[in-house]
Amino acid sequence: MKNRLKVLRAERDWTQADLAKALDVSRQTVNAIENGKYDPSLPLAFSIARLFDKQIEEIFDDEE
Amino acid sequence: MDNKGQSSDKEKKTKKKTVSLAIWTLLWVLSVALAAFGHELFWGSNNLINTLVILLNFGIGIGMIIANIKHLRELDEMLQKVHLESMGISLGLAVVGGISYSMLDATNVIPFDAEIAGVIVLIGLSYLVSLLINLRRYK
Repeated sequence: MKNRLKVLRAERDWTQADLAKALDVSRQTVNAIENGKYDPSLPLAFSIARLFDKQIEEIFDDEE
Repeated sequence: MDNKGQSSDKEKKTKKKTVSLAIWTLLWVLSVALAAFGHELFWGSNNLINTLVILLNFGIGIGMIIANIKHLRELDEMLQKVHLESMGISLGLAVVGGISYSMLDATNVIPFDAEIAGVIVLIGLSYLVSLLINLRRYK
């Protein structure tokens, strides 16, 4: 699944470690989501959307 | 965002649980060695001591299992998935490989007895290899 996580993070000048801390996950998980290797669960996707103050579909795109 | 670059609370907690699991595992290995070799090296065929040492080994083993569960629960969702997949692979290999190994012994294809230690080594190695492969997959 494609996502805009890397762009949104870069806009805020956050490191992957900063984002991982905010989401209470590991840096590996942030990296895997950004690279499209891992699709987050619904609760984590909601946490990401809440953190960036956006709708889930504004961040994640279910088209391959 | 404050605390820039610092490791997350999750990572700190995970590290703590990993250290705890490592300590329990080391204690368990030492207690296995004591139960296996203690009667040969120290106290001879004293059944009371043997029973107590084996009970100690069993108790530490339970502690190690609980530490493993706590470690798994502390991991985030992706790392849980990675570890559970690796555990599934090593469990499957242990059952399939263990039965094959046992049948090789039962049919005298191998000239030695099938020891449980062989299966333990298979579990350990298959878990390690599948964990490394799975972690690489999500990089």
